[in-house]
Parts: sequence; structure tokens; C-alpha cells
Amino acid sequence: MPTMTYLQAISDGLREEMRGDERVFMMGEDIGTFGGAFKVTDGFIEEFGADRVMDTPLAESGIVGTAIGAAAVGMRPVCEMQFSDFISCGFDQLVNVAGKMYYRQGLPIPITVRLPSGGGFSGGPFHSQNPEAWFMHSPGLKVVAPATAEDAKGLLISAIRDPNPVVYMEHKHLYRRVKGEVPGGTFETPLTARVAREGEDLVVIAYGAMVHTALEATADLEEGSVEVLDLRSLVPLDEEAILASVRKCSKVVILDEANATCAAGAQVAALIAERGFEDLDGPVVRVATPDVPIPFSPPLEQAVLPQVDQVKEACRELLAY
Amino acid sequence: MATNTARPATEEGAGPSEHLTREDRASLLRYMLLMRGIEERAMTLYRQGKVPGSFYDGYGQEAVSTGAAFAMAAEDRLCVLHRDLAAHIIRGVTPARIFAQYMGRAGGVTGGREGNVHFGDHRLGCVGMVSMLPDMMLVATGMAMAFKLRGEARCAITWFGDGSTSRGDFHEAMNWAGLQGLPVIFVLENNQYAYSTPLDQQFAVDPVERAQAYGFPGVSVDGNDAEAMFEATREARERAISGGGPTLIEAVTMRMHGHAAHDDMKYVPKDQVEEWRKKDPIERQERRVVELGVDVEALRAEVKAEIDAGVEEALQMPMPDPGTATDQLFWDPADGEPPILGDGNAPWSGFAGVKT
Repeated sequence: MPTMTYLQAISDGLREEMRGDERVFMMGEDIGTFGGAFKVTDGFIEEFGADRVMDTPLAESGIVGTAIGAAAVGMRPVCEMQFSDFISCGFDQLVNVAGKMYYRQGLPIPITVRLPSGGGFSGGPFHSQNPEAWFMHSPGLKVVAPATAEDAKGLLISAIRDPNPVVYMEHKHLYRRVKGEVPGGTFETPLTARVAREGEDLVVIAYGAMVHTALEATADLEEGSVEVLDLRSLVPLDEEAILASVRKCSKVVILDEANATCAAGAQVAALIAERGFEDLDGPVVRVATPDVPIPFSPPLEQAVLPQVDQVKEACRELLAY
Repeated sequence: MATNTARPATEEGAGPSEHLTREDRASLLRYMLLMRGIEERAMTLYRQGKVPGSFYDGYGQEAVSTGAAFAMAAEDRLCVLHRDLAAHIIRGVTPARIFAQYMGRAGGVTGGREGNVHFGDHRLGCVGMVSMLPDMMLVATGMAMAFKLRGEARCAITWFGDGSTSRGDFHEAMNWAGLQGLPVIFVLENNQYAYSTPLDQQFAVDPVERAQAYGFPGVSVDGNDAEAMFEATREARERAISGGGPTLIEAVTMRMHGHAAHDDMKYVPKDQVEEWRKKDPIERQERRVVELGVDVEALRAEVKAEIDAGVEEALQMPMPDPGTATDQLFWDPADGEPPILGDGNAPWSGFAGVKT
């Protein structure tokens, strides 16, 4: 089985779907000739041509809106936002047109919107955001967030094949940092959670880049054995997997790189409060980015994004509860 | 399947188009009568409390959707605005389903999920609009983009109002369509007011003049003349499917009623309304077809009977089951391939593509 980076796995998934389904085409800013700001589509234009690897005008509403129209007449567009932050300019089309079309009109809109998200490299307030909760709160959109190279490929293929609009969160900080074995050919990863590491005394629930922060923070914790649950999909949310880990471990730390209020982790906490209360042996603990924009300068950025030591400390305190 | 080129059907009868038969001209009147009759009856149902929410109509603007939609082929695709009911009627949505839609009944086009004219029967090639305007300009542009990518001689059309030209999606769609030379027709329904805001508070430059700056033609048409609307749209479609790119058609008309049922439009000068009343699109088309010997009284009676039957049928339809309110959020992949937009009716003699 080949070993790939997270970024190579995304490219591989895209390439396989482009080869296998002529309805699939890509749209985005600088994705064709330049190969994308992060080089996800490097070399694609040579294989698939400029029509299927479409360099678009700088128009995010246009990218999402025209993708909706193309999907309505039988295409399977994959849109790239250059940075997830820029989806704010295409928010209306995604949330109001794509997300509600099947419920309102019986017409599903099979588009995939790739959102390179997350901070950790001095991207500043407009190149570091984690906007997944915006879309969790918008009925009719699925939201996935892979943490590993294998899932990056498998979830992307699932997203493209899904007959509904799917928001695909790809964490920029994982692009070249994470490597793993990835099956060749095509395979679909289910929109369910995955136990990243088994444990018994406490579970850290995370997704995306924070899965790796959680694994690192709890790898050698002497105070107890820590499970790490990788959500992988935020809509649908794998409620049974979350509750099973809570039942097993009885102590929960929920980790978000997103701003804390109404984050995905807040929804997980609410679920546990409603349906897992009897299984708890301590308060639900949340570690998340405070409700501020992501600052540019490294000491400021590190002060707000959840750090390994911070997660370690939260786990120690809860284990001692 | 409809043909892709217009079959000239020159017949006698004064009008802006040489491509309409006597029957076509009578059809244009019939569709306008249906639209006005359905909306008037719906307003009555609204006042009787049978139509929830508010009610929006296109009184006086019937020619805009009638003429434009009549020029579209079965395989073309439409994104229809809320004062363009005739487009739905032409594509094949029955009066009963429209009344049921207004009343929020299970048999309405959206089964009660959506109100008033926020619908599109996807089986007939129409996409239901959203309230954020003009979002559907981009959706129509995307359809046209797919047609071009696949090398299909098809066309997309969308309607939007004068107020819509102020929003960013207008620019993004105009630029995108011009840049890629897409087979899309933009119908700017200039009815003088965006809710209460008049044109001189909406733009400094007439939007039809802007089309050229985006690289394609803009034409201004008498929006109260169904035949002029048909002809301008027919020409735009010919250009679109032969690779000539988009067209902006400004349909100059007047919103004769308030923005919605609650709006007494005190902000509109009375003489402006009176001036436009003399230009009623239905009266104009009636005069034309009377000259051609069409029995307009018989046509009116036929339309009224169709509407009466539609109201009766809709009133028999049940309200939706509250237990279904959270259904149908996602298409289940286990149910196979999801639907895409289907072909609608194309009754113009140049196509003669009417589903039976």
C-alpha cells in the first residue's frame, strides 16, 4: 500500500474520481495552470484539460452558485475555496440555495466544496479559520473533516459520490505534516467516527488536526489510559460512537480548534449532557479556541489555538477528579 | 425532443415577431389569462384566510414570463422569479397544483415545504427560486456552463428584478457568463420598484447598458408586449445555442400591485399607475388576436373553467402530515441516483413539444 501525505491523498482521491466519472469536474481560483494555492491539483490540467480543471474568476459566490446549476443538470462539481475563510463570500449560495434545495424542491444538489481550513502557521485572521460550525447549523449540508491521509482520500470520494451537498474540511496544517498508508484505487470512507486510539479512563473527542494534538498530548500520560475518538463526520454526527466512548471511559475532554461558542464540540457536549449524563464520572471538559479572531504573530496565535500541553493538563485534571 | 432551430411560421397579423402562428398568438393570450386569473383567485383565497403567509403577484407583468418562457425549448432550463407564474404554467404545472402550493397543501408543487411562487417543478426543468436575489442568476449560469462543457445546444434562462442589479451576484453572474460565453438569457424584469425603492435610488447607470461592458448584448424590450418578449428571447436563444453567448433582456414593465398583499403602495404616484394601466399586456394581446378572428370570449370562458376546476381540486387536497416535517433533508444514496432537471412543455409551434 503506498504511503502518502494528507495532501497527496486528497489529490489522489480527486484524480481517481475524475478518471472514473466524467461528470466530475473541478472549479476554483488558480487551480488549473498554477495547480492550486497548495498544489492539490498540480498536474491535473495536463491530464484532464482546462474544462475539467476550471480556473474561475475571483468570485466565490459564483463558484458555488454555478456549481449548483451544473449539478442540477447532472454534473458533479468539486469546488475549491482557496482558503476556507473565503466561503463567507459564497455562504449564501451554499446555505440558502444548495443546502435547502432538496427539502424545499425535491432536487438534491450533489456538490462538494473543499475548504482548506485551520491555523498554526501565521495565516492571520483570514487564512486560519475553522468555519465548520456555520454549516453544521445550516440544514441540508453534510460536513466531513478527515484527520488522516487514508480518510482524506476516502472521505473525499464519499463526498463526491454523495448525492447531497458536502462541505469537505481539509486542514492545511495536516497537508504535509501527516503521512500514512493509503489504499490505491477508489474506496469510500463511511461518515462515521473512528477510534483513533483505544483507552479506558478518559476519552478525548476531536476531529481534523486536533486528533493529532489529542494523540500527542495523551500518548504517554501516566495518570490513565486515554481513548481518542476521531469524529471524521460532523454532519451526520456519529452520536452512538460518541455515547459508546463516554459509556466506556466515563470522562470526556472535547477538543476544538474552532472558536468555542457553538462549535462542533459544543454540540457534542450537549449530546452527552442529554444522553450520556448517567455515564459520566466528572464534568465534561472543553478545550477550544477562545472567541477571538486568529491572530497573526506566533506567540499570539499559539496563545489561542489549543496546544498539546494544554490538552495534557486538561486530561490530567479530569483524570484526578 | 424539440428542435433546436426556430421554424419560421410567418402568418398575417401585426406583431413584433414573424415566428408566431395564429394559434401561438392565442396561446400567449391564454397563458396570460391563466396567470392573471389564477393570481386573482389566489388573492381571494388569501383574503379568505386559505393562503397562509403573504401573497405576491405579477399583475400587469404577465407578458414578461409568458413571452420569454414561450420561446424556450423542452430541453432548456428555467430559474423563475416570483412574478413570473406564466413560466410555470407554460412548462406544464397545472392550476390545481399552483393553488395547492399557495395554500400549503400536500398536493402543491413543494408539498407545503415552500410558499407562494417559491417553487419550481424540477421534472419540468424549473428550479425554485430563493428569496436572496438574484441568486438564481448564478444557478442559471452554472446550468449554461454545464451545457457548454458537454457540447449541448441548450439554453438556460432566469428572471430577476431591477433591485437585484445592485447585488454582487448580478455582477458575478454577468461577468462569469460573459467571460465564458455561456448560453444563458438574463431577463431583467424592470418593474420600476424594488419593494418601495424606485429606480433612481437603485442605480446610476441603466443595467441594460452595462451588458456591453460584460461583453455581450443588452436589449431593452417592451415588457408589456408578450410578442416582443417572445421575439427578443427567441433571438437570444438562437444566439445562445449557436455559441454566441449570453444576452441581457430588459423587460420594461410596471408592478401594478404592491410588493405583497399587505402593501398599499402609497409611495407610487397614482398617475404612474394610470399611465401603465393603459398599457395592459392582456388587453394588447386581445386586440391582436381579435383581429385574427380568435374567439376571445370562448377563450376566457375556457380559462375560467380551468381555473374553477383547479381551485376545486386544490381545496380537496389535504394539508401535509406534520409527522413529515423533518423528512427529506438528504437524498439517501441507497435510493439510487438522485433526479436531475427534466424536460418541460414547449408549446410554441417552432417546438411543439407538449407532454401528454
